[in-house]
Amino acid sequence: MFSAVKNISFKGLSACVPKTTARTLDYDWISEDERKMFIKNTGVEERRVANGKTTTADLCEKSANTLLEKLEWERNSVDVLIFVSQSPDYILPATAAILQHKLGLKKTAIAFDINLGCSGYIYGMYVLSNLITSGACKRGLLMAGDKSTLSTNFKDKSTYPLFGDAGTVTALEYDEKAEPVFFNLFTDGSGYEAIMIKDGACRNHISEKTFVTQKIEEGIERAPKHLILDGIEVFNFALREAAPSVQNILAESGTKQEEINYFILHQANKLINESVRKKCKIEPKRVPYSIQKYGNTSSASVPLTMLHAIKNELEQKPLHLLLSGFGVGYSWGNCILKTNHVTCTEISELD
Amino acid sequence: MDIDEFIKNLEAEIEELPPGTLKPDTDYRKVAEWSSMHALIVIAFVDMNFNVTLNGADLRKAITVSDLYNIVQEKLKNV
Repeated sequence: MFSAVKNISFKGLSACVPKTTARTLDYDWISEDERKMFIKNTGVEERRVANGKTTTADLCEKSANTLLEKLEWERNSVDVLIFVSQSPDYILPATAAILQHKLGLKKTAIAFDINLGCSGYIYGMYVLSNLITSGACKRGLLMAGDKSTLSTNFKDKSTYPLFGDAGTVTALEYDEKAEPVFFNLFTDGSGYEAIMIKDGACRNHISEKTFVTQKIEEGIERAPKHLILDGIEVFNFALREAAPSVQNILAESGTKQEEINYFILHQANKLINESVRKKCKIEPKRVPYSIQKYGNTSSASVPLTMLHAIKNELEQKPLHLLLSGFGVGYSWGNCILKTNHVTCTEISELD
Repeated sequence: MDIDEFIKNLEAEIEELPPGTLKPDTDYRKVAEWSSMHALIVIAFVDMNFNVTLNGADLRKAITVSDLYNIVQEKLKNV
């Protein structure tokens, strides 16, 4: 679906990553040549890994505290908090409720979770924008992030060296002078098995089998509790759906490709993103990356890339951006928006 | 693009393969330097040059380089 949402001002952006860095060159489950090839094709040189105790919520909480302070927003002025993640603190309650309490937000605030990954930032932006557009909610926080490293197996070369952990917070505010924000959003659940954790929820309860590791193919061993990533099918999906959807939102919103300052793509892997970029005929300088430093950070990747690559410009001048998320579900979507002097924090770290 | 050119261009994409490694009847998965990552490079190469997408089933079907080339040609007929 395509939609234009009015009255939304993009006010602030913040991110927090774990302090511990894992370097691809040190990943000794595969040969040195394979490590180099992995870096060349995925772009991941290093990524951040949270310790046993730190959760996505902790990374988002720190980001939110830093951002609220810098924005000088009173905590009781926040009307809605959305937590987009596939690594919640608990199966229940919603992590957003716990964060409402920890951040000291008012009890009249709306708080709920959205269970999405790679496309989650775009979906979160859409849902939050629609809660604000009427003016019923004036200020909202969108938290997006994952602790994906909890679900990857060291002996799975297709996932372990690819994913990094991060938590981000975006602040949106009601503003009648704001130009419309455009969205297009899509779903194709026929691809649900391409990126998946099979065990641990209601369909496949935790059992002894959940923890039994099996060899799938050379270099890939995992148990049903671990993340599965079918690289070939996901690549196909990205070429078939993500690239055309970028072109569609440009056409439907009446935006010329050359008007966009930056195309911020979900950091899937470099091979996929470069293929999407080339298919859309965009020059490299308008498609920034953060994957080399942080890996694939799921729903955090779009805001993290903004802070990593274009923070100064976001702070200092008006920008016309296209944001794109695509992956697990399959679920994908894009957002075109204009920003003006966004309040940004440095990317902070948590032990 | 004939099969010789297809092979030359594909080898150029896969830096790990010395030129001349691939022949039409080469079982590419058995080439010493071949890794699962190369399947993704093949998909990107075919998409970029022919604007058709190879899926997992296509790749499983293709044993030799010539099989790959023929699958692409078949797909081009159906575009």
